[in-house]
Amino acid sequence: MKRALLCLFSLLLMATANVQLHAQQSSLDQIEKSIPPLPAFHPQQPKRIELPNGMVIFLQEDHELPLIDGIARIRGGSRRVPAAKEGLADIYGEVWRTGGTKTRTGDQLDDYLEQRAAKVETGAGIDSTTISWSCLKDNFEDVFQVFEDLLRTPEFRADKIVIAQKELYDSISRRNDDPGQIAGREAAKLAYGDNSPYARVAEYSTVAAVTRDDLTAWHRTYVQPNNIILGVVGDFDSAKMEARLRQAFGSWAKGPTAKAPDVKLDPAKPGYYVVDKTDVNQSNIQMVALGTTRRDPNYYAISVFNEAFGGGFSSRLFSDIRTTKGLAYAVGGGIGTSWDHPGMLRMIVMTKSKSTVESINALDDELTGLAKRPITDDEIQRAKDSILNSFIFRFDSPAKVLREKMAYEFYGYPLDFLEKYQKGIESVTKEDVARVAAKYIHRDQMAVLVVGHTSEFDKPISSLGPVKNLDIAIPPPPKGLLPEGTGQQ
Amino acid sequence: MKSRKLATILFCFVFYSLALSQDLTSFEKRTTVKTLPNGLTVIICERPEAPVFSFYTHVDAGSVQDPMGKTGLAHMFEHMAFKGTDTIGTRDYKDEKVALDKVETAYAAYIAERDKPVGRDEQKFKQLEQAWKDDIAAADKYSAPYNNEFGKIVESEGGEGMNAYTNLDETAYHYSFPVNRLELWAYLESERFLHPVMRQFYKERNVVIEERRMRTDSNPIGRLLEQFTEEAFAAHPYHRPTIGWMSDLNSFSATDAQNFFDKYYVPSNMVVTVVGDLKASDAMPIIEKYFSRIPARPKPDERTTTEPPQNSERRVVLQEQSQPLYLEGYHRPDYRSPDDQVYDAIADLMSDGRTSRLYRALVRDKQIASDSAGFSGLPGNKYPHLFAFYAFPLPGHTTKEVADAIHVEIDRLKKEDITDAELTMIKTRAKANLIRSLGSNAGLASELGLFQARYGDWRELFRSVDRIEKVTKADIRRVANETFVPENRTVGIIEFSGPPPRAAAAAQGGGR
Repeated sequence: MKRALLCLFSLLLMATANVQLHAQQSSLDQIEKSIPPLPAFHPQQPKRIELPNGMVIFLQEDHELPLIDGIARIRGGSRRVPAAKEGLADIYGEVWRTGGTKTRTGDQLDDYLEQRAAKVETGAGIDSTTISWSCLKDNFEDVFQVFEDLLRTPEFRADKIVIAQKELYDSISRRNDDPGQIAGREAAKLAYGDNSPYARVAEYSTVAAVTRDDLTAWHRTYVQPNNIILGVVGDFDSAKMEARLRQAFGSWAKGPTAKAPDVKLDPAKPGYYVVDKTDVNQSNIQMVALGTTRRDPNYYAISVFNEAFGGGFSSRLFSDIRTTKGLAYAVGGGIGTSWDHPGMLRMIVMTKSKSTVESINALDDELTGLAKRPITDDEIQRAKDSILNSFIFRFDSPAKVLREKMAYEFYGYPLDFLEKYQKGIESVTKEDVARVAAKYIHRDQMAVLVVGHTSEFDKPISSLGPVKNLDIAIPPPPKGLLPEGTGQQ
Repeated sequence: MKSRKLATILFCFVFYSLALSQDLTSFEKRTTVKTLPNGLTVIICERPEAPVFSFYTHVDAGSVQDPMGKTGLAHMFEHMAFKGTDTIGTRDYKDEKVALDKVETAYAAYIAERDKPVGRDEQKFKQLEQAWKDDIAAADKYSAPYNNEFGKIVESEGGEGMNAYTNLDETAYHYSFPVNRLELWAYLESERFLHPVMRQFYKERNVVIEERRMRTDSNPIGRLLEQFTEEAFAAHPYHRPTIGWMSDLNSFSATDAQNFFDKYYVPSNMVVTVVGDLKASDAMPIIEKYFSRIPARPKPDERTTTEPPQNSERRVVLQEQSQPLYLEGYHRPDYRSPDDQVYDAIADLMSDGRTSRLYRALVRDKQIASDSAGFSGLPGNKYPHLFAFYAFPLPGHTTKEVADAIHVEIDRLKKEDITDAELTMIKTRAKANLIRSLGSNAGLASELGLFQARYGDWRELFRSVDRIEKVTKADIRRVANETFVPENRTVGIIEFSGPPPRAAAAAQGGGR
């Protein structure tokens, strides 16, 4: 269910400060110098259990509140969906839950769970699907039973497939309403390629092509114990919980292992790409290229570079383009790193139509200026301090520790990745930062996207170089799919 | 089957009641409140989960307090609270102060000429504008090398999630720190409200104008909300956008922002809440030492015009290039109303989860909307405000269809009692939601501080759930009948006016 609007209302009604000294008086200096060492903190680690069928379980006790939450992450996500059925994973992620189980409809589950103020939810991401629960501990048995039934015997009832498809048609019809959404989507296409599953979007026809058989086949293929990592956090006794989970899943036979997906990337040619949107007075400018993964040995230097160049109040982009030039509220960016595929290298600035080219030039100066004006010792020190002093916030709750460990397990990273990260950051040098900037930031190899009201720009984008106008018109629905006269735009 | 269900419900009830009273008892033991001699309220809640803490500084003034003709000023000051102090962010404050005063004098002369209704001297106007810009450049020399110094200190010391927000009701500042930075935090946060400096004001004003373009001007839903609230409130300042009207943003001065600060950022108008791995006995003296430095000032008069009863429906219809949206709002009393929890119950019943009436009627059964809900708090809740309903029509369905369907559900509320199962579900959920909200330092700091500021007692966070327990079926019918009547309604609609003109002008990426 969408709760986006409530959220959007509150976002639109409030306004915030952020997207994001030599003469310091002695009292500040004194206080900073007398900061005591942080007390030793050894966060509780979850217990890792591997069942003979390959299912991996993490148990993390947390007795603060009378709650028990769990999430299973399952290999196989939208990047494995064939292009002709784009949207399948979204439909699967919804109907898995709304379609009910063999014995109970989704509506019956709704009543049953809401009476207990509990949730069981399913969803799909780019590389995995998830099923989770959240309940008061005294309802654990009731709610876990629903979780188990949905995991093992979902029914994907047809009436709920229709509703999920209609919701997707709705989101397709609305996808050009907000300039930020257009920019995000088109930027990903430029970075990864129009047809890359990291950028592709569903169309009326691809959603209409999804059948119940597709959903059941998907479930059969991927929901196998050896593809599942289950994490449980909350007010329980680990020994008892382990016994309960072994009883539930121990006899589940191992299935075929999900193969690594075959994903082709086809970044757009460098140049300028323009979407004309006549109902806005601000341009959304994004410069993109492919980034890298967190396995990259340069990851630590990249983290420091990103912090210094485009992250937060202290960064160069914030200081130069926002504070000094007053060109933008939203400005920032960095070299993106994903777990198992290249992230996006992306620089964003949002500025009034009249300063569009001026802002592109300002961003250009920052990027091409890196060679002449490398990140300084001061900037590097501040970035490292910022990462290292706030390091504790990566594991300041049992649930966060659990999430980190589950991610390492899922992507095959060493379980001590976080400790390695801390050491890695500490050892980054000025030369490392200059080297990664030179290696990844090539302004002439980036695609520049501008979504804005082109006739109001300060200068035509063509004054900067060849321009390709992007056609974002939504392909009309197949005849008869929707009532007459809909799906326009 | 039926009796088993009932047993479960009774069991749940007993369990939750226990859990809640345990929670309040546990919070009583680890929560300390102190009002400092200058009137500032400090709350410390001990939560020794990890060696970190979060804080929220609540200022009981928001854009409702913006002076006439200066909308957006409360939010503008919030941005200025990141610009440092007389010792943080400057090369030499004594000289910078002189330069900043010159900027103000030049600005006053410039806008006096700019805004002359008749007889503006264009040459003089240009000269005054240039003089003002030159003075800005001169003042910037003191601060430019120390851009964002305040934020840099917080971030490099490990500050997490540093931000602030302004809404119509209040302004709040927040971030988290490792616990060994308590004294540093107490120094920085008190200094920020002891010696704020309105430096780089006019550039930051441009940043805020970009924020307006992003949130409101360039977003169809943002445009609708601005017009909708403006229409719903004729007299009360809730008709204002927090971000400010464009002409006000282009007019108010650094002096105005300083005056706003002087009037409203007084200790008796502020609650500072700290939650984390702290002992009140150690932390309170440190907090008191630094925050006591803020001089006591009289509590500002925050009375506002009372919105008169609405006596006919009002409508705002935007013709947009975007897909339709239906929104309607009904005036309701403020958060102190004895019926506040009745409205909470109605919002839960109508909106929460897949069992909610609007989801079931519009999304599941009629299949005319992708999403629909009803909620209080538009555009704020400190003063009488709106209970609003909205729906996104599915392709092929109209705003009229979804409006009719919402009205059918509203009529049911007025004419039929809700069921026992529904009432129990609402109450069970209210308690569970409270429990779920207690598990983070930042969330707790925000909630405890807000309830302290609003009710003068953080315990109201727990008591508000007790009050939901007392809501009856008759209450829900009564409040629905009182509130949801056509003459009390404002409607906001986005209609699809046709696709955007095709990209002829854009052949070369536009521009002239």
